[in-house]
Amino acid sequence: MTLATTTATAPDIAIFVVAAVMVLAGALGVVLSRHPVHAALSLVVTLFGVATAFVAQDAQFLAAVQVIVYAGAIVVLFLFVIMLLGVDRLDMPGRDPVWAQRVLAPLVGAAVLGVLLCTVGWSWSGTGGPTQGGKASGPGPNIGKLADSIFTTYLFPFEATSFLLVIAVVGAVVLARRPHADDEDLDDVEPAALEEVER
Amino acid sequence: MTLGTGWYLSLAAVLFGVGAVGLMVRRNVLIMFMCVELMLNAVNLTFVSFARKLDDIAGQSLVFFVLVVAAAEVVVGLGIIVSIFRSKPGATADDLRSLKG
Repeated sequence: MTLATTTATAPDIAIFVVAAVMVLAGALGVVLSRHPVHAALSLVVTLFGVATAFVAQDAQFLAAVQVIVYAGAIVVLFLFVIMLLGVDRLDMPGRDPVWAQRVLAPLVGAAVLGVLLCTVGWSWSGTGGPTQGGKASGPGPNIGKLADSIFTTYLFPFEATSFLLVIAVVGAVVLARRPHADDEDLDDVEPAALEEVER
Repeated sequence: MTLGTGWYLSLAAVLFGVGAVGLMVRRNVLIMFMCVELMLNAVNLTFVSFARKLDDIAGQSLVFFVLVVAAAEVVVGLGIIVSIFRSKPGATADDLRSLKG
């Protein structure tokens, strides 16, 4: 149990408290807010809190990427979809298809949380030997060590992620196409289908 | 020396729990998707905590990969949600019971 073994200074504790308050307030905002736009804005608060925790733990590059990619790109994508769909309806309570789902969900969540906290409290320190990635501490900036790790040891996974991104973009384009010929734009429809519509 | 790792791990555990409960409780597909993002962020926070505790940069590399996969997941997931809402406006997760498109 290492909750109190290190000698933390007052700024460290203050940073942790600020990050924890931001993370938890944002997370509760996502779960509890009735309007999807409010939920997306609460998600921004959580992501900034996580970025704060990243900075406090010597992951400066990841904190910057977190703010740019998550809080910048992904949340903006969420907001775009909310505006595009006009999802301004409230969550209406209806009949649960799964029996007592809304009652059991907090219990299951509490069980998950209990297991995770017990793991934090007891047994996480024996997680095996070091990887091939290299040390996180030592001289030099964080971004240099991360780049050394990604572009040498983890070069193949890095290339695989580029492949994944291309597939995701193609998949999104395919999904977002209008599937029916009787929609407004008939540009990319085959002539046979067009004749079908005209008849 | 900074604050003990256990505090950050506990914070990540609580964040994961909140995200999991939100995923089970909410009906709106978009908010369920945001709850998945919360859980991903909790795992990222755990990775960074272990990277510092075990003095191993591989944890941070993994967070980098998780970020990329999360971005791809959001793109595809939102594409699916848009195409669902186009055929069934105002659908919640409970309305999507059939496998037909």
